[in-house]
Amino acid sequence: MYFRQLFLEIDNLGVNSVWIVLIISVFIGGIMTIQFANAMENPLYPSGLVGLGTRDTLLLEFSSTMLALIMAGKVGSNITSEIGTMRVTEQIDSLEIMGVNSASYLILPKIVAVVFVFPFLYILSVFFGLLGGLITGPLVNIITIPEYIEGIQWLFRPYYVFFSIIKCLVFGFLISSVSAYFGYYVQGGALEVGKASTKAVVNTNILILFFDLILTRLLLT
Amino acid sequence: MITVKNLTKSFDGNTVLKDISTTFEPGKTNLIIGRSGSGKTVLLKSILGLFEVDSGEIWFDDRNLVNMSDKERKLLRQEIGMVFQGGALFDSINVEGNVRFPLDMFTQMSTAEKQKRVEFCLDHVNIEKQAFKLSPSEISGGMQKRVAIARAIALNPKYLFCDEPNSGLDPETATVIDQLIQALTKEFQMTTIINTHDMNSVIEIGESVLFISKGEKEWEGTKHEILNSGSKKLDDFIFANKLYAQMKQGQ
Repeated sequence: MYFRQLFLEIDNLGVNSVWIVLIISVFIGGIMTIQFANAMENPLYPSGLVGLGTRDTLLLEFSSTMLALIMAGKVGSNITSEIGTMRVTEQIDSLEIMGVNSASYLILPKIVAVVFVFPFLYILSVFFGLLGGLITGPLVNIITIPEYIEGIQWLFRPYYVFFSIIKCLVFGFLISSVSAYFGYYVQGGALEVGKASTKAVVNTNILILFFDLILTRLLLT
Repeated sequence: MITVKNLTKSFDGNTVLKDISTTFEPGKTNLIIGRSGSGKTVLLKSILGLFEVDSGEIWFDDRNLVNMSDKERKLLRQEIGMVFQGGALFDSINVEGNVRFPLDMFTQMSTAEKQKRVEFCLDHVNIEKQAFKLSPSEISGGMQKRVAIARAIALNPKYLFCDEPNSGLDPETATVIDQLIQALTKEFQMTTIINTHDMNSVIEIGESVLFISKGEKEWEGTKHEILNSGSKKLDDFIFANKLYAQMKQGQ
């Protein structure tokens, strides 16, 4: 029963987020490529720096931290409103009276699902961000495809991926647990559920940035 | 049988239930009535173990809930069915999924056995097969209550609790729900406790009635005795409705 719930949550919270991740990543990848090309107009800079800058920004910050902030809005508010609504409509009481551990049944699969799926979303985001740059650069005539591909291969450090996946695991846990906490302990009605969702997103975002700072200091410098 | 002895419960120094003692018998519809804020829901939730009591005993046959460990309470709760005021059906699963839920959680039945039990329960509350695959939001309030009753009896409980089961329903549907609960109580010999402030329910199914006022037991009896209870507080509660006042006067 718990495993079935886990797979449902992976589908609901993870697979259903793939489209928004792809769309945002493609556009941001394209935008970053244009901005890097604009900042490196000097002919002394090798054109491959555009690809390198896009890649490292995606690998280190955008596809982990920025994506986490976006997911806190999408997945986090979803978790808070779902659990909060179950609280105010007595569905959680109903589980408790049946003898079901409601926190374990409702929250644990969500935390496991988000922590599990977040690294995959990160990898997808990096891939489609780079693809966005690859499409946009030649399209607006700022870089050729070979230059861009050469750039994204320069000075590649696999540790960046490892570092960002660690961040994704932490952010996934923060998004799911903080949102679930605000939903589980909501009191009142629909208005309070809405307020709890807002609080959950704001608090999750602050915690994500705080932990980003700590993890960057601990793991990257 | 559920026996409550000298039950007292307070919140932040404010005593909500004062020294309540009563017995709820099996095979009967036991009603708890009283004004809003009189302590009915606190009493119901205390009996269910959702609130820890300050003092007193709550006996489920020969087991005292107050002294039970969490594990023992969890086991006891599998013998309890509960119908909430709003139905409290799980939105994310359909009608038959809601009834199957406790079977999935607590039994080792095969899929076919579970399906048979689900159909048995839904049939008992007069839900037609066409509604089995609908989600709770697609069915009426009366049907939601009936599905909630079906879910409550899925594990064949010894004890059934109903918190204002016919609130928000039209009088005809409310009577159907009342009669359904009474019929199931008799058929399965459950100890049923119904929390209500609906006088129609009292007249319809009040085989045993406990009247609570300001957290204290004010009167106890049957629906036949209620019109001549001798309790002014109970008279004020009942005869606030003109129809019952006229009944009292024999009009």
